[in-house]
Amino acid sequence: MADLTVHIGSLTFKNPVLAASGTFGYGIEYTDFIDLNQLGGFVTKGTTLHPREGNPYPRMTETPCGMLNAVGLQNKGVDYFIAHIYPRIRDLNTHVIVNVSGSSIDEYVAVAAKLNELDKIPAIELNISCPNVKEGGMAFGTSCESASQVTRAVRKVYSRLLIVKLSPNVTDITEIARSVEAEGADALSLVNTLLGMAIDIRRRRPVLSTVTGGLSGPAIKPVALRMVWQTHKAVKIPIIGLGGIMNAADAIEFILAGATAIQAGTANFINPRSCIEIIEGIHEYLEKENIKTVKDLCGSLQC
Amino acid sequence: MKYIRDFTVTLVNPVNANHTLLGLTSKESLPGILPGQFVQLQIPSSNPSFLRRPFSIHDVDFPSHTLYLLIKQVGKTTTFLCHAKKGDIVNLIFPLGRGFSLEQNKKVLLAGGGCGVAPLLYLARCLQKNHNDIYILLGGRTREDILEADVFGQLGKLYIATEDGSRGEKGLITLHSVLKESFDFLYACGPQPMLKAMAAIAREKNIPCEVSLENNMACGIGACLCCVTETVRGNECVCTEGPVFNTRELKWPI
Repeated sequence: MADLTVHIGSLTFKNPVLAASGTFGYGIEYTDFIDLNQLGGFVTKGTTLHPREGNPYPRMTETPCGMLNAVGLQNKGVDYFIAHIYPRIRDLNTHVIVNVSGSSIDEYVAVAAKLNELDKIPAIELNISCPNVKEGGMAFGTSCESASQVTRAVRKVYSRLLIVKLSPNVTDITEIARSVEAEGADALSLVNTLLGMAIDIRRRRPVLSTVTGGLSGPAIKPVALRMVWQTHKAVKIPIIGLGGIMNAADAIEFILAGATAIQAGTANFINPRSCIEIIEGIHEYLEKENIKTVKDLCGSLQC
Repeated sequence: MKYIRDFTVTLVNPVNANHTLLGLTSKESLPGILPGQFVQLQIPSSNPSFLRRPFSIHDVDFPSHTLYLLIKQVGKTTTFLCHAKKGDIVNLIFPLGRGFSLEQNKKVLLAGGGCGVAPLLYLARCLQKNHNDIYILLGGRTREDILEADVFGQLGKLYIATEDGSRGEKGLITLHSVLKESFDFLYACGPQPMLKAMAAIAREKNIPCEVSLENNMACGIGACLCCVTETVRGNECVCTEGPVFNTRELKWPI
């Protein structure tokens, strides 16, 4: 039996497959289709200090090999999460990671401090890369200075595993990666969606209410893979790779490029069993290739 | 409980130039299904679209494990479906969403505009079982747009409106004379201006009105939050809180 366990900071994951934030609700939405306990973990919908209604409709359009979304962090706020969602997921035998977003450093800090009190939430993913909010979000993730500031401030109040989710909408992602590593991030997840847009030529208007939105799906996979590979060479902390992963072969590409673990996102919309099938596929690959542990695969790309 | 399951195409029946009735049969028995619920459909062999596509459940035959969908040909997926062959495989996530309320012993009106009749056939069957006095109003631009009138005619008193007057009363469905009668409950599906007009009629009559909304969806199970509509409780997913809403819940300017 090939060993699928991986380590990120002090945490052990039973396998390297996590469901990505914004595509998996709070896990509960998927329990008719999969046993959540089989996952390496999952990342919740982006959570903010106060409830957010998100952006007006239309928020989504399909594009070639992918989709654009402009949901805009609709969520009921961290206090609702703690009171109503946490009790329903705290006893799961998988790592539940909360994605944290905000429009100011103070907001990020306040949410992180509240989540630091939850024993069964072993990690947060700091979302400094959401392209769909007017203030904050991606703005924090596109300069080394602001990425450093928010990571430093959250690090002071958050003692568990701190993952920072990076934006691909930058000139050099490795500079941002090194900046947040220097401020004490335990791991990185990359990439969030690529900023894009679509136009309805009949109405001569943008398709999305916000004009621009975040592109996800296989369309962005080559870009995401390249960024994981570059970042792997630039930092020492573990990387969780994501961006258009639809199957085990895609996941293995990210692991070879240097990802310790991966997240599947948009794939969950098309096949709610994607994560389980990816886990099975990685296992099959290791057996077939006679590789004892997935850890031996990480960053083993020869070039 | 929601399921992911392969279905075999067992019926491809053109209804008019651009609508097809599709029969999809499962090897296993079907779970309970409420009228108004929908499926998220994928065509594994060719994937004409990236995401799944939502379709209302048009009719159900439990003994043969068959679901019926009424497909309007608009894009690549629906073109594939309208030209599907018996034996083709489609994959469904189903049954999804909240269905219509099933009244008992009431005088009810079901109004369907164009392809909006899709969720109303199975609804009419269920309402008939509940001993309702059923009035069915179908509308469209021309008589070509009036779908499955003969089938609906067997389930209730049938009324028709066409904008060009080629069948039934001439004019918009929402101006049909049968709407002057009193009813206990209105059900409607069709283009949004029609649904808003039906909501206004229901408010005037001071009776409940349920409408089935259409929306762009990615997941269909309440995870992506893409298909929201504005309700009195805030933005809600059409896929999980709908697609059927009581019009009093919707923030429509009527």
